[in-house]
Amino acid sequence: MTSLTVNGTPRTSTAPPTANLLDVLRYEFGLTGTRFGCGEEQCGACLVLVDGVATQSCGREIGTLRDRAVTTVEGLQDHPVIAALLAEQAGQCGYCLSGMVVAAVALLSRNASPTRGEIVQALDAQLCRCGAHPRILRAVQRAAAGDVP
Amino acid sequence: MNSLPKSLADNRRLDRWLRFAGGQVHVSVGKVEIGQGISTALAQIAAEELDVSLSRLAWRAGDTALAPDEGSTSSSLSIEVGGASLRLVCAEARALFLAEAARLLNVAAADLSVEDGVILRDGTPTGHDYWTLAPRVDLARDAAGTVAPKPRSAHRIVGTSTPRRDLPQKLAGGGFVHDMVLPGMLHARVLRQPRPGATLRQLDEAAIARSGARLVRSGDFAAILAPDMTVLGTAVEAARPRWDNADTPDPSMAEAAWLATQPADSRTRGDEGPAPAGRTHSASYSRPYISHASLGPSCAIAHEHDGILEVWSHVQGVYPFRANAAGTLQRDPETIIVHHAHGPGCYGHNGADDAALDAAIIATLVPGTAVRVQWSRADEFSQAPAGTAMQTTLRAVLDAAGYPVDLTASITSGPHVNRGPGRLLASRTLPNAQALPPPVESSDPYPGAGTRNIMPYYTVPAVRYVHNLVAGTPIRTSALRGLGAVVNVFALESFLDELADLTGHDPVAYRLHMLADPRARHLVTRAAAMANWPSRGPAGSGTGLGMGFARYKNQSGYACVVAQVEVDTEIWLRHIWCTADAGLAINPDGVRAQLEGGIIQAASMALKEQLRIDETGTATRSWADYPILRFSEIPPIDIELADTPDEPPLGMGECTMGPTAAAIANAAAHALGLRLRDMPLTRERIVEAARK
Repeated sequence: MTSLTVNGTPRTSTAPPTANLLDVLRYEFGLTGTRFGCGEEQCGACLVLVDGVATQSCGREIGTLRDRAVTTVEGLQDHPVIAALLAEQAGQCGYCLSGMVVAAVALLSRNASPTRGEIVQALDAQLCRCGAHPRILRAVQRAAAGDVP
Repeated sequence: MNSLPKSLADNRRLDRWLRFAGGQVHVSVGKVEIGQGISTALAQIAAEELDVSLSRLAWRAGDTALAPDEGSTSSSLSIEVGGASLRLVCAEARALFLAEAARLLNVAAADLSVEDGVILRDGTPTGHDYWTLAPRVDLARDAAGTVAPKPRSAHRIVGTSTPRRDLPQKLAGGGFVHDMVLPGMLHARVLRQPRPGATLRQLDEAAIARSGARLVRSGDFAAILAPDMTVLGTAVEAARPRWDNADTPDPSMAEAAWLATQPADSRTRGDEGPAPAGRTHSASYSRPYISHASLGPSCAIAHEHDGILEVWSHVQGVYPFRANAAGTLQRDPETIIVHHAHGPGCYGHNGADDAALDAAIIATLVPGTAVRVQWSRADEFSQAPAGTAMQTTLRAVLDAAGYPVDLTASITSGPHVNRGPGRLLASRTLPNAQALPPPVESSDPYPGAGTRNIMPYYTVPAVRYVHNLVAGTPIRTSALRGLGAVVNVFALESFLDELADLTGHDPVAYRLHMLADPRARHLVTRAAAMANWPSRGPAGSGTGLGMGFARYKNQSGYACVVAQVEVDTEIWLRHIWCTADAGLAINPDGVRAQLEGGIIQAASMALKEQLRIDETGTATRSWADYPILRFSEIPPIDIELADTPDEPPLGMGECTMGPTAAAIANAAAHALGLRLRDMPLTRERIVEAARK
């Protein structure tokens, strides 16, 4: 049993402590926004915030998260990054976008006015296969500038 | 009657496409959303012709129970064929409703109009709308296909950049087949046969049971089912399958050059030889095997219940998959229902069908229980069909002015089309598995597969080609974005630059000299202007500017790409310009998104991508083995669309692939003063070229 906070709500996982956070979020808590991409911490599709720090949930055992605060894309729906991504139509298949949202939120929470280069650096570990990169970059710039609908 | 677009000719009944109920228009189509935005563009077409708001549309795409059979969502035909069909269907339905209203009102239909489904007369509601009239208008009839769609001047929704209708849900945490949960659903994983023909000698059934999982088997097909992913993972680790009779490929098979050593079915097409005498030039170009490398591994859900096998999958074609599954499972197709569900980006025939068959087979072995299969990343790289390695050799005879008067091409390639019964991964492991004949692939030039775009869009008096189709590829191959056009355009456009260089011509002027189509000429001219082509300096400076142009399939979307690169020990993209002609762009921003995506994917392929082979088969098993282009490697991309809204709409998903690869190769050659002819254009290739 692991008690933690997910998107501001206290939750208890009955999964074994070695279960990975990604599977707990998706299949125990029903928070499907956190995507399975590789299970090897190489693509960023499963990125979540753990106490505000961007973390690949596929590589994090649930047992290490007692009393920690996890935020998934579902908990970030009011963040301007979401509106900015929609305003820029910054997605093709959309599968990578949850991770992009989390990476962008993590960046903006520590650096409210990032340069383009800083955004690129913050997103560089996040893979996108459809080629939505230019739009995603523009969206994060817009969110940083407060230029969202 | 004029010939109907294929989708409509195959599905004449109007009620197969449209149903009016509850204030909504229920639209059913066969062309499915695979990340390309088609569900939004088609919705715009339907809303436009029906004169309803987009919010009135309830959409169903890809469903063997409820939607028309439009085959596969492929070949950039969803707008050209699917859209054209839906447009005629909606125009005809609107006319039928207006005719019925006119009869009831005793006025001429021409005096009536529609606004968001409400029938108006002189701008005033008549008390009739689509939904009140629906019981009187019988759509259980074949479309005539003769009602003229709206003229462009009347368009209000078509031609606008309507936001994607599916993105909000995907940003809110759902939207994919991966996210579906059925009651009592079990998670399953197939123990993958390492190589075709391998037989399962043993596995640790006791360890699987101890893990809390369940094993199902049929011949050499073995799968593990578990209540959750943690148990499943443990059981898969514990299973320790041992296989016999796996062949052992050699790493050299990963290179396109290996194909030329293999037996091939060789077909010759084009103008009779022999080539005339004159100055000649020849060169060979290639690409290795590449992966779809979709961000999400393939996934499917299946449920055998009440005599029906129900499957949810991100396949490109629900009907083709159903036919395939019915053959493999030896059951009546009418007992299988396939629902399309959204998946991660699809760029061709990927692992979706295989995962769907995995789930379907397992579901038949555990009737009454819903089964979810999600591939591992390693399976996605090593088991899904690959884009085939391919080599294209060109030989030109030049006239006195230095232009080609005769072109001979030789294409050596694995299959680009490899669908159909028995060809899915699990099929070959079942007890009833049959030896398969080689895949059937046309060698025609249009639309072609391996031969796609081998005919230059330029004026060349005589062209002939031989297509050497090698069935025995070391890894299974099938359609991947652009098919053979990618390598053929890469080859032709690289070759043109070489010819221009040899004969002292500027590459842009050289192309324009041979390009008759004014739409193509416009794109080449504009792309050159955008990139400030006259500023292009001499070769070998370390900075290069290169162009690539093609009209996809010589009959679909046009794209011209100019790349600016810097080269030191590697090629760095600095800027990309693209001009494209989509005809009437249903959704201009959607067109731009498709162009951007194609450019980035092609650049990634050209610079980085290759599947590796070792004695176990495909050795590429993770993103670490298969780097793709990242944010920091993507340059500014400027796109300009030609203003040709009176031309028919053209599919734009694939047209940038070949031109982008060629533009980068040409820019690199200009930067280096050396020609790289084999993708990927890596540091090693640069060293190799410099050594020669």
